[in-house]
This record gives sequence, structure tokens and C-alpha cells, in this order.
Amino acid sequence: MPDAILSMTGLDAHYGDFQALYGVDMHVDAGEVLAIIGANGAGKTTLMRSITGLLKNGPGQISHDGADIGGLRADEIALRGIAMVPEGRQLFPSLSVKENLMIGAQVGRKGPWDLDAVYKLFPILDERKDQQSTSLSGGQQQMVAIGRALMSNPDLILFDEISLGLAPVIIKDIYRALPGIIGEGMSAIIVEQDITKALSVSSRVYCLQEGRVSLEGGSDQISREEISRAYFGIE
Amino acid sequence: MDWLNAIVQGTLLGGLYALFAAGLSLIFGVMRLVNIAHGDLIVLAAYLGLTVTTATGIHPLLALAIVVPVMAAIGYVLQRSLLNQTLGDDLLPPLLVTFGLSVIIQNALLEGYTADPQKLSAGGLETASFALGGLTLGVLPVLTFAIAIAVIWGLQWTFYQTALGRAFRAVSDNQDIAQLMGLNRRHIFGLAMALALAVTAVAGILLGIRTSFDPSIGGGRLIFGFEAVIIGGLGNLWGTLIGGVILGVAQTIGAQIDPGWQILAGHIAFLIILAVRPNGLFPRISA
Repeated sequence: MPDAILSMTGLDAHYGDFQALYGVDMHVDAGEVLAIIGANGAGKTTLMRSITGLLKNGPGQISHDGADIGGLRADEIALRGIAMVPEGRQLFPSLSVKENLMIGAQVGRKGPWDLDAVYKLFPILDERKDQQSTSLSGGQQQMVAIGRALMSNPDLILFDEISLGLAPVIIKDIYRALPGIIGEGMSAIIVEQDITKALSVSSRVYCLQEGRVSLEGGSDQISREEISRAYFGIE
Repeated sequence: MDWLNAIVQGTLLGGLYALFAAGLSLIFGVMRLVNIAHGDLIVLAAYLGLTVTTATGIHPLLALAIVVPVMAAIGYVLQRSLLNQTLGDDLLPPLLVTFGLSVIIQNALLEGYTADPQKLSAGGLETASFALGGLTLGVLPVLTFAIAIAVIWGLQWTFYQTALGRAFRAVSDNQDIAQLMGLNRRHIFGLAMALALAVTAVAGILLGIRTSFDPSIGGGRLIFGFEAVIIGGLGNLWGTLIGGVILGVAQTIGAQIDPGWQILAGHIAFLIILAVRPNGLFPRISA
């Protein structure tokens, strides 16, 4: 797969004695938006933690741009150009909005995203740049989290449950902004419980069930029945 | 006038205590590490100052140019090679390891320098004084206080105005997410310890000029440092300075009442504040 920017081969993940992923095979092509769906506990967040290096995985299980990144630390993987918008936003509470964004730029990768570009995408952040990040609304915090990830000019960006805990109108705004964010040759993985949203912005989708891939296909090709079977495991 | 004198002298003494405490405060703030060996590292810095001044004949304050970078390097190596391995969800391993480190440093100093009390000779600086409105102020205590303010201002500036300080705060807030931003926490912790021991070097040299020292006095400096940090409130460097001043003033007022009460009065002031304000006067982070 010469076009795959990220590929996982037989990926296992463990929390102590508990195994959360079983031999996951998956790939992300350059410039594509991939959706990962699945019920709570299916392993979606574990998969994100494995890709970003927060969870240790074996050598040869994950490769990025053709290089094995299975054994790298999270900060080394970030330097390679993989960024994440984590579940629950997880801003740095003792940093201002602007500082949260600037810390994203600390990896020093060149690209189109800088403070001005983020402020242009989310003008409200420019107005609030000197506030503590925790004083913002949930939607604005999500904008900071997205901006913070973009500031590293990644070639692959992971969105982990970005609509969780947000008002529907805010979710709509954020999804409306996504195409502008992901354009310019960036690849993305969107982890989402809202299946309709996930399918609407992605070209391909994987469904996880109890740590295994239960369905894989084009976002506009798979049927509702296939999804609910893969999602809930109903025969 | 005696009482005013006690308060002013105590305030100036508080500057030294704030220098003892600043490194402790910084380390706890960034990585939740309670460094039991901190007092012995202060004494180690004083001995390094002694070695440098006797070997080269330079003034102890000039020796800072050598002792500060050496202590910073020791801090970085210590953190990367030993202390990082002790950090985790449990506070106990770093406590035990730094306690062991304290024992090792004390014994190494005893082996290398003997138990004889030593002093850094700073020309006439130790005894120089000037009159100010009826009070006589020592040049060294005033200089120490000024250095304490400069150091704390510098640390504060580093924390809130530089990329390094931003990294310190980010790692302190959330280590995992900071790693995702490309920050290697082991390196950041190493830099934090280097900075803390650079401050410790300043404290050690000033201690060595002010009083005589021997390998066993680290524990006492550690207590004063802890008390200043706790009084001021965890994670607040200006609070640490105020904590040092309160401790210093309590000691000099205690000594004014009865010379035997000096140390006791400081501890009592600390216990009262701990009872009334368990989080200290100006807490910024919750432990």
C-alpha cells in the first residue's frame, strides 16, 4: 500500500492483563478522511492512544509514511506529524487560550497553520485569547483543542469524540468547519458515536466491536443493517 | 526600636528561606516530586563553593558562575538517570529515593570534607553594615533579600513568559496531553530540576557566606524551605517569598523574646498557619 500514510497490522493493545485490541488491521490513505465507529468500550479510544504512542505497542504493528512507529514515544510521534484532538478536549487549565494554541506549535513543523490561521478559522478565539482556557464554553474549548492540534501542522489529525458533551448546534458548526480544516492534503481519522455525522464527512469507515474490526467499507456504500450488525454484534 | 529591628532582620532572613524554598516549590509544582534531599543539595552547593574558592581564590559570589551551572548539570543528570524513574501515580517512591539520596550526599560530604564546620570567606561582606533610620542593616542580608526577589522574579518570568515555562505548566497540568504536543516530559522534568538546583546553588553559596556549615545541616534547611513553601501556598512563588518572610520574622521575634525561642517560634508560626489555612496563604494548585 504505497499510498497509505498510516497502516496498522495485527495491532494488539493491552491495559495490564486486559486486552483491548485484537489484531486490528487498518490503513489511512493520504488525503482521506476515515471514520471509526463503535459502541462504548469497543476500543476506539484505545486505538487512538495506540496510534499516538500514549499506549505502548509492539514493533511492526503501526507504520507511518512507511516507517515503523510502534516503539516510539508519544512526543516522537507528534514530531512526525500525527496530532490528536483528544476526547473531552483536555486543554491545559493553567494556560491561556493563546498559550494552549502556541504549545501545539512547539513541535516546530512548517505548514499553513499558525495563530493567524487559527484565529481566522475561529474568530472567537482571537477575542478570548488571553482568557484561561477553562473559562470558555464547551464549544469554544473544542475550537481551542482543534486549533491546538492544527498548530503542529500535522499530516494526520485524529478527532476523538469531538461532539461528545456539546450542544447539537455547536456540533453542527464544528462539522461545518471540518472540510476547511482537513483540506490541503491532510488526512484525518474521526472517531464518533454519531454514525450519521461520521459517515457524512468520511470516505471510508471501520466499525470496531470488542476490540476487533467488525466492518470496513466506503461510507456511502455500506447499509444501515450492516452497520447495526457490526455495531451491536446482533446476528 | 528593638521590635522594629527584629521585624526588619526577620524579613531579610526570609529572603534566604525563600531561596531555600523556591527550588522545592518549583519541583513540586512541575512534577509533584517532594525532594527530601533538597537541604543536602543546598549544603552540597556550599561545599562546591568552598572547593572553587579555595582552589582558585576567587570571591564566593564570583564562584556562582561555576557552581550554578555545575549544580544545574547535576540536576539534569540526576533527574534523567534516577528521579524520572520514581515518578508515577504514587508519591512514595520519590520520597524514599530522595531520602536515600539525602543520606548518600551527607555521607559523601562527610567523607570528602570531614565533619569540621566550614565557611565561605567573602572579604568583609559578612560583617559590613550600614545605618538606615536608626536601624543597622547588614549588607549581606540586604543583598540576599535582593537576590531572592530577583531569583523569584526570574522564575516567575520564566514560568509565564517563555516557551520553557509554558512547557513546565503544560506538563504539570497533563503529562499525557503534553506528550501529544511533542514535549518529552523526561527532558522537561530534567530542565525543571536543573533550574531548581541552579537556584539551590545560589542559596547554598549565600548560606555558606552567612553562617558556618557542615555536612549534617541539610535537614534543617529542608524544614525551613518546606515551611516557607507551605505557608505561602503550593505552586505560588511570590507566596513562597512571603512564606519565607513570615518564617524569618517569627524566628527573629521569637529570639527577641528569648534567644532560645528562635527556631521554636518559626515552627509555631508554621503550625498556626497550617491549622488555620491548611492550603497555605496563597495556594495556586491543589495537591
